[in-house]
Amino acid sequence: MIAVEQLEKSFGTVQALQGVSFAAKDGRITGLLGANGAGKSTALRIISTVIRADRGRVIIDGLDSATHSLVARRQLGVLPHASGLYPNLTARENIHYFGTMHGLDRETIEQRTEIWTTQLEMQEIIDRRTKGFSHGQKLKVALARTLIHLPRNVILDEPTSGLDIAATRALRDLIRSLRDQGRCVLFSSHVMQEVAALCDDIVIIARGRVIASGTPEQILAITGAADLEEAFVRATGAPSEQSQVL
Amino acid sequence: MSMWRIIWSVFCKEVVENLRDRRTMFSAFLFVPLMGPLLFAGMTAFMVDRVVGEADERLRLPVIGMEHAHNLLQFTKENGADVIAFAGDIQQARLAVRDGRENFVLVLPSSLGDKLIAGKAVPIDIIWDSSNNKTQRHASRARALLNAYASQVGALRLATRGIDSRVMEVFDVRSIDIATPSGRALVLLGTLTYFLLFSLLMGGLYLAIDVTAGERERGSLESLLCLPVGRASLVLGKLGATVLFMLMALSITLTALVISMQFLPLEKLGMSSNFGPLVGLKIAGIMLPMSIFGAALLFVVGSFTRTYREAQTWLGAMLAIPTLPILFASVANVRASTLLMTVPSLSQHLIATSLLRGDVVDPIHVLVSITSTLLAGCILIWVATRLYQREKLLG
Repeated sequence: MIAVEQLEKSFGTVQALQGVSFAAKDGRITGLLGANGAGKSTALRIISTVIRADRGRVIIDGLDSATHSLVARRQLGVLPHASGLYPNLTARENIHYFGTMHGLDRETIEQRTEIWTTQLEMQEIIDRRTKGFSHGQKLKVALARTLIHLPRNVILDEPTSGLDIAATRALRDLIRSLRDQGRCVLFSSHVMQEVAALCDDIVIIARGRVIASGTPEQILAITGAADLEEAFVRATGAPSEQSQVL
Repeated sequence: MSMWRIIWSVFCKEVVENLRDRRTMFSAFLFVPLMGPLLFAGMTAFMVDRVVGEADERLRLPVIGMEHAHNLLQFTKENGADVIAFAGDIQQARLAVRDGRENFVLVLPSSLGDKLIAGKAVPIDIIWDSSNNKTQRHASRARALLNAYASQVGALRLATRGIDSRVMEVFDVRSIDIATPSGRALVLLGTLTYFLLFSLLMGGLYLAIDVTAGERERGSLESLLCLPVGRASLVLGKLGATVLFMLMALSITLTALVISMQFLPLEKLGMSSNFGPLVGLKIAGIMLPMSIFGAALLFVVGSFTRTYREAQTWLGAMLAIPTLPILFASVANVRASTLLMTVPSLSQHLIATSLLRGDVVDPIHVLVSITSTLLAGCILIWVATRLYQREKLLG
């Protein structure tokens, strides 16, 4: 469970987040939807404890992530937008390294690596060095690496960008299975269809503010749109009208 | 998980990964450490060849107009010259010298005999090329031979006029060279400490780039920072790997130098070298704190760079910084003092030079060198860990 309360963050004169609040619940897939530069990645980075908010707080499984960042990170599996691998290590070694850093023992890491290898169909690449891997292959390894400690909360920053159809479908299946295991899945995307196909809850973010949030049905109801795409356009169009009023 | 286990995990991963990197391996452990001794051996062999060769080698003396000066040429033959008749005229001689076929050509005039008898100055031309370094010493030798003959004849001329030839000698300048054999070798060996320091830093250069800018450019840094480990542990593990690579490069360089030194004919130059395994070990010990300082310095600079290329430029420039004090020391010819021992890299240079010279090294100097370099290294490590707390790290 991830609860975000009134996050504010500026980089120099740019206000990236201006009071963002939402919750991502256990056993549900929450989609963070917004155009490029809307503040999705900044929000996810603050939740991942990589950067700090200027104001507001993030509660992860009941703990304030700013004051208990190491404990919070144990409950998190984060796949950042840039999730590069170590090219001179094999896929297995890449996964193993992260397992070790989570304090897992060798046996546990090996068992789980086997499980993820099967589930993500990595048998052929698991002992190859990751130099020269395709984008899809890299993402599989990065996913296994992210999930090696079986985190309660999974954060994925635009995981499907650049993937082909088959890989996207496989990833969606994985995300659903994570939800079905009772985990909290929070992922960001700027692709409407993807969020519509996958999410139980949607948070629409634009210019550093949450414009609308709720289930797809609630969002349709709030915006009065016929479909989610229309809702998205209406929702993201709203703040400029607001700011004109202000 | 304990901090030490994390540091150890990071350390092992960086070592394994970089041992597999061909570029790192090639430059750190092959190219730089082995190029040095090879270059050094070549330099020494060349010097020996020149010094030894100069003394023994007979001078090739091509002459135009041989028939005009029998006595002069007899004199040069007795003094180590092989007189050869140059086939051609002055124009051809000029060409031959310009093309490098001859080092110089001596031109004797037909009037030589008559002028000698008449007691007049004889014009003799030496055709040579001052833009060619190689011919210079040959031409000088020929000139020296001519002068020697001239002063003999001059002395005879004065004697026939009843004057003591010594009135012509105003000064009798004697130069006394007090350089000891080891001291002379030092000119050559002095470049060694510079080289050792360079290979030490080069050993860790690519790793330092890889763990800072490389990690950023590949996009693996953010994933790493999401792990439940302190950033200081990451920094320390990475620094440890860099130090290890630097020390490995230094050991390879030292070993190669100690071995190659046994085969260099330094004694032919009138030099002696005490650069054996023991001195090698002592130098390695003195350089140990320098590896920590160097690794932290490269790491700090690397933390500011975003791409591999950018890091290469900046860290490459950093390699010059520890060598600046050494340059200063050799230009200003400074002597070891306790105050200078507080300067990292300079203190290592001075102590290593003393060791190579076979001097007694003051234990206080060693102590000051080690503590001050370690202290500077620790400050840089602290700076590095602070830099890794910055949000700008992710860009």
